[in-house]
Amino acid sequence: MVLNKNAVYSALLLVLCFFSLAIIYLLLEAYFLAVLEVFIYAGAIMVLFLFVIMLLNLGREKALEHFKYLQRGLSIFLVVLFFFGVFLLLLNDSSALHQPEGGFAAGGVYSLGEALFTKYLLPFEVASLLLLVALIGTVYLAKRKI
Amino acid sequence: MVVPLEHVIALSLALFSTGVLGVLFRRNAITIFMSIELMLNAVNLALVGFSRYYNSVDGQVFVFLVMTLAAAEVAVGLAIIIAVYRNRQTVNIDEINLMKN
Repeated sequence: MVLNKNAVYSALLLVLCFFSLAIIYLLLEAYFLAVLEVFIYAGAIMVLFLFVIMLLNLGREKALEHFKYLQRGLSIFLVVLFFFGVFLLLLNDSSALHQPEGGFAAGGVYSLGEALFTKYLLPFEVASLLLLVALIGTVYLAKRKI
Repeated sequence: MVVPLEHVIALSLALFSTGVLGVLFRRNAITIFMSIELMLNAVNLALVGFSRYYNSVDGQVFVFLVMTLAAAEVAVGLAIIIAVYRNRQTVNIDEINLMKN
């Protein structure tokens, strides 16, 4: 997805990635989140992305103008370093993770909704406020010329 | 447990690294934005994995909130990108150096 120069192709590959993530959520027994992933990410967000890509009529992007090889090499090196650092930590130290006893009840709409409306009521309301602020900001940005 | 936690974290790590590479490689503001979405999804995957591992629904509540945040962020960010494109006729971040000097 990130190696493709055409923005439309990378958007469609990202949709594929979201669907795969939804299937992994199903395997992890997070059923409600799997449905939500397909609805919100693959449904709403990617439609918005594709709409903007086609609105702006993006073609193939130009290559980097300066520091091309230095920047690419350095970024690949740093990301690989990050990846293998955490990966080795995971391989060596996975005994530190001990699973607690007891059955698993999470994943459905019922348990998630119960937690969302009792224990996490305040963050839920703050999230709605955040959506309202984002709505107002988007309308403001789109309306007048800056 | 069907899926071991280590595999979930490894996949999440790979997705996050891919997102970082995308942010560093691409010059197109929209593709960079999509890479940020990929990183958010990697964190979501790790949260769901830990939630499954510790038999708790709290991680999934956080994933729900992160999804809300991502939706708000995409709306505002794409509006900003459209505003920048309207002014400068480009979304190439090498050519957008308004705050440089």
